[in-house]
Amino acid sequence: MAKIIVVTSGKGGVGKTTSAAAISTGLALRGKKTVVIDFDVGLRNLDLIMGCERRVVYDLVNVIQGEAGLNQALIRDKRVENLFILPASQTRDKDALTQEGVAEVLDKLKQDFDFILCDSPAGIERGAQLAMYFADEAIVVTNPEVSSVRDSDRILGLLASKTRRAEESSDPIKEHLLVTRYNPERVTSGDMLTLDDIREILAINLLGLIPESEAVLRASNQGVPVTHDISSDAGQAYSDTVSRLLGEDMPLRFHEMQRKGLISRMFGGGRR
Amino acid sequence: MKLLEFLKRERKKSASVAKERLQIIVAHQRSQRGQPDYMPMLERELLEVIRRYVHVDDDAIQISLDSEDNCSVLELNVTLPKS
Repeated sequence: MAKIIVVTSGKGGVGKTTSAAAISTGLALRGKKTVVIDFDVGLRNLDLIMGCERRVVYDLVNVIQGEAGLNQALIRDKRVENLFILPASQTRDKDALTQEGVAEVLDKLKQDFDFILCDSPAGIERGAQLAMYFADEAIVVTNPEVSSVRDSDRILGLLASKTRRAEESSDPIKEHLLVTRYNPERVTSGDMLTLDDIREILAINLLGLIPESEAVLRASNQGVPVTHDISSDAGQAYSDTVSRLLGEDMPLRFHEMQRKGLISRMFGGGRR
Repeated sequence: MKLLEFLKRERKKSASVAKERLQIIVAHQRSQRGQPDYMPMLERELLEVIRRYVHVDDDAIQISLDSEDNCSVLELNVTLPKS
């Protein structure tokens, strides 16, 4: 039975789509049949981050409104076997998504896939609520920054009340914290919330920590999820995150300041 | 002397300020979690009614809804100024 995981945050620009792309790629690389769905109707971007923007023909709204079959809308990833993308519609308004329609699409996907990742839009409106409604687990993406942490707490409130599991009083959604754009140097100098601060305030299980990294922009420029850049810190951090999601015990990395060696100091070795 | 004091005074790190502010706002947010949507409106209107009789500050009213097994208790605390 497929697991439905929503990638959400409340605040925009914290790395939801980057994380959804990187984690779904990581899952597929481990042999899990994975589909990642863009719920940001009107402002789709997952296709761009996944590098398949020119192959979009049909989208989620077409499928829900019966204008295309699910298999026509699913885009097979070029790089990894077992990975599929279901893009959002670019032109229609947000009301095009219905709860029944989303339920139907997810039920069909459940029969074929091991993991269904829902990339939520920012905010707490309809699109975001639909992305989380049917979830079994939630990855709450948070930056070490006040507005992001506050919004994440709001999202935790919604996960606990406005979802199917909450309404049916079944087992609650399993919540995971994913801290992104973490900068250990700034934490050390006292100008950035520490990982422990964020964990203390949000009080949910930590799934992963992604350092602020040049590799992330490089990856989105190229349309190649950063998980493929295995020499980069962010790529490795996402890979660790996927391992934890699959239940493996991985030690935390990239949360402490690295001492620069003489050579990297001389040549200004930046982040990989 | 003043310059020395100024230099010696340790600036509070911005991250610890952020943490304190967040702890307060998140605690407030959580206290409102699960409340019905009409609570802020109810609070405002109750305040208006009270103000027809006595002047109170915005923060002089505390309202909370506690649910027990089969009933809910609306608790209203109003601090009146000394007359």
